[in-house]
Amino acid sequence: MEIIRIPILKIEDFLIASIQTALHDVQAMDFKDSLLQRIYETKAKGVILDLTAIDVLDSFVGRLINDISQMSNLMGAKVVITGLQPAVAITLVELGLELPQVLTALNLEKGIAALRRATELAVHGRV
Amino acid sequence: MAESKVITISSDLDIVAARMVARDTARALGFGAIDQARIATAISELARNIYLYAGEGSVTVKEATNGLRRGIEVVCEDRGPGIKDISLVMQDGYTSSKGMGMGLPGAKRLMDEFEINSKVGIGTKVTCRKWAR
Repeated sequence: MEIIRIPILKIEDFLIASIQTALHDVQAMDFKDSLLQRIYETKAKGVILDLTAIDVLDSFVGRLINDISQMSNLMGAKVVITGLQPAVAITLVELGLELPQVLTALNLEKGIAALRRATELAVHGRV
Repeated sequence: MAESKVITISSDLDIVAARMVARDTARALGFGAIDQARIATAISELARNIYLYAGEGSVTVKEATNGLRRGIEVVCEDRGPGIKDISLVMQDGYTSSKGMGMGLPGAKRLMDEFEINSKVGIGTKVTCRKWAR
């Protein structure tokens, strides 16, 4: 099977991963594992998962994104999903998928702003 | 556009292949971007059911007509264990140990017509259609 690595970039305290192709189940699971490992290695405080290029998101990948958010949260990193296309947002809701763990932002720029706010709040909240 | 396309489902890679064929066919039939996503997502759910529960099966995508209406028809078939209680699996939130509890009812909501036939020990056949607007 063709192995497509999803690059996970680090900028300041954040990781950024942009998913550019339709993920097979195995790739999606691998991505989850490598992202969590990278959070651990880099001590990242936040993660942006950019889905701008994704045109179909089914319940399997939706559930996986929710799991990634929940697991990252346990490790102290907030996850923000950016760039959901209108068709994807409509389909997710009609499908009946809820993503209670997931923070979202319209685009990458707003996603980073959201992460900054979320992580600053966390710092101040800790006292 | 009259001929049908058959995708054999036997691995998780085929799930992506099936939904790409469904999407390309929908686009060729004139469906808009949002309906293309609905159709592709529904087929992804149904193809995953085949893979998860039957191990293998097929997805057939073709043009559908009904009087003046044009649309897409997708038939998902397997010779898996079959479904004992269809009304149960069609309930929102019902989940087997393998599933996520939205495959069938979710796919039904995304399509216009949805029929499911299943016999325990024989297999399952889902036929669904969506009409172009």
